[in-house]
Amino acid sequence: MVTEIITTFIKAFIVGGIICAVAQLLINYTKITPGKILVYFLLAGVLLQAAGIYQFLVDFAGAGATVPISGFGYLLAKGAMDGAKKGLFGALTGGIVSAAAGITAAIVFGFVFALIFKPKSKRN
Amino acid sequence: MADNKTSVVNKAYLAFVSEISPKTNETRSLFNAFAVGGFICVIGQFLRYMLEFVFKIEGDELAGAVSMILIFLSALLTGLGVYDRIGKYAGAGSIVPITGFANSVVAPAMEFRSEGFIYGLAAKMFIIAGPIIVFGVMSSVAVGIIYYITGLI
Repeated sequence: MVTEIITTFIKAFIVGGIICAVAQLLINYTKITPGKILVYFLLAGVLLQAAGIYQFLVDFAGAGATVPISGFGYLLAKGAMDGAKKGLFGALTGGIVSAAAGITAAIVFGFVFALIFKPKSKRN
Repeated sequence: MADNKTSVVNKAYLAFVSEISPKTNETRSLFNAFAVGGFICVIGQFLRYMLEFVFKIEGDELAGAVSMILIFLSALLTGLGVYDRIGKYAGAGSIVPITGFANSVVAPAMEFRSEGFIYGLAAKMFIIAGPIIVFGVMSSVAVGIIYYITGLI
């Protein structure tokens, strides 16, 4: 049990680290901006899940595969695929339903913290 | 002739620049991205275990709850100005995890709040997150429709 937990942490660290290192490679050696990299990685997650591949990575690495933005794409595609089993309405809404927690949290906390805090960059 | 000369000079200058600019920075930045990105995923895994075993949350709710906590932490650290400092060190390691998505929402929201709540805070919030949501929704709808149609056949 304990060794299982430790290996899961190591796998999460390595897989998550590799995904981020690939993005860093793109930043270092191409002219792709970080904003575009986020979109490409999201789409990569959607495509890999639609092809049935990303699920293996999630089963293997847990949060190492779900925490990067490609995991957000995985969640969107998985929601749409599960929704499609229930019907056309599910196919259209399934993706955004499963991503609702992340999007809601980003908007709510983004709004609240933008009210509480002042930008720091200008003070330095 | 003159063009040739300047291009030769430019090449010599570029060679000179690449010679004196530190090469190790690129390998270093790769290592930093790997370490920080991996560490954020380990925090995510830790939260998964905590919520699963202590709070008995399961399945899709578990994934959602982990993202929400990570986004909360990232938004807080962005507000405090800490996340940007991590970002200078970690590069893609702080951009690619879901915490980077949260940072891309909070940072412009804070920055443009002075331009008003509607056209400043609320509009600029989606300057990077907007494309992610647009392409996320478009691609998930495409996947959903393809799976729906192939399911009918």
